[in-house]
Amino acid sequence: MPHITAFARNQWYVAAYGHEVGRELLGRTVLGESLVLYRTEGDGTPVVLNDRCVHRRYPLSEPPTRLDGDRIVCGYHGFTYDTTGTCVHVPGQKRVPRTARVASYPVVERDSLVWVWIGDPALADPAAIPRARHLDSPGWVTVRGIEPIDCDHGLLVDNLLDLSHETYLHGGYIGTPEVAETPITTEVDEGAGIVRVSRHMDDAACPPFYARSTGIEGRITRWQDIEYHAPCLYLLHSRIAPVGVLPEPDGGDPGGFHTEITYAITPSADGKVYDFWAVSRDWATDDAEVSEFLRSNNHTVVMQDVDALNLLQRSLGTERTGYQELSINIDTGGLAARRILARLVEEGAKPVERVR
Amino acid sequence: MSGRTGEIYRVDWLPGTDLLHGTCHCGREHTARDPVEMWEWMLAHPRGHEPRGAGA
Repeated sequence: MPHITAFARNQWYVAAYGHEVGRELLGRTVLGESLVLYRTEGDGTPVVLNDRCVHRRYPLSEPPTRLDGDRIVCGYHGFTYDTTGTCVHVPGQKRVPRTARVASYPVVERDSLVWVWIGDPALADPAAIPRARHLDSPGWVTVRGIEPIDCDHGLLVDNLLDLSHETYLHGGYIGTPEVAETPITTEVDEGAGIVRVSRHMDDAACPPFYARSTGIEGRITRWQDIEYHAPCLYLLHSRIAPVGVLPEPDGGDPGGFHTEITYAITPSADGKVYDFWAVSRDWATDDAEVSEFLRSNNHTVVMQDVDALNLLQRSLGTERTGYQELSINIDTGGLAARRILARLVEEGAKPVERVR
Repeated sequence: MSGRTGEIYRVDWLPGTDLLHGTCHCGREHTARDPVEMWEWMLAHPRGHEPRGAGA
């Protein structure tokens, strides 16, 4: 039986990086909804419309569909839509049917991410979008990528909330024995939908990912502080320093290397998820070699997860009669995340009463 | 959305042991060996979270 987690509607999701959206039409599928993204010619505002022409359902993100100014002209029969999704031209006749429109989606570009609201547009509140300022702040340098995974988004949430897997799946890159051995602290902020998982290693081996990029030789103090803003944004605040070097009493931390690891976990379709990943640092910011090393090393790590999760999804799909899992202490944060996701799914499925 | 709401559940894995120590937002504490059991206790609030000395 396939492993499928329901989608949580009435939420913001990252549909793309800002740099991916331009004057070329970009197709993405988010929560099973086909989207086409582009920017307006004048002020560059991102536009997100449903990716199917109302006429014969031709995908608007595919050639020869094209932009004419800020309008999309369907490449099949020429149905033309404005930025609100309203059809403004059909071939051969003056009257455009009243129902000729494609859905448009609330969109916000923030911190270099393009967030799309999937659900009732009247409920979309940009203030609810969690921030990842380091992705687009002076003094920070980011390497990033996106990988589609053929697995249920819940498996990626499990993966990221329990970093003990670094020791085994990512040994030789970011994993060392201390990650799996060190107890975690888990906090759940119920109302805000945030799960925090902290693992502070006082005396750990320095994995190659950090040894080669920072130049630290010898053992380190390594802190991993996860902040998962369900359903989509995952932040891992990473601090490493030579062993015993701690932040100063006034909060300054000249001896520490701070790296922000960001993921956006965007469910695409059943059994498919987009894994947006980014590594941001405020050290060695002008060193292109460090950037390339971190990009290539982290890409390898992400692909180790991709391969493992593709395999896990296929494997779960062969279980004919259901299965029992076993959870232990390392899963405390992952279980909390699953429960919050289940609550968001339930809330997103409820009809909403509106004051008129 | 990123602010704290004050309703915080916390579970500490006690170093050097296999034990989990949970603190509910109401202040009640609980020890367990299994995270599933811990979350069941935690989220049952207020059931099983009565102040000490109160009836079960």
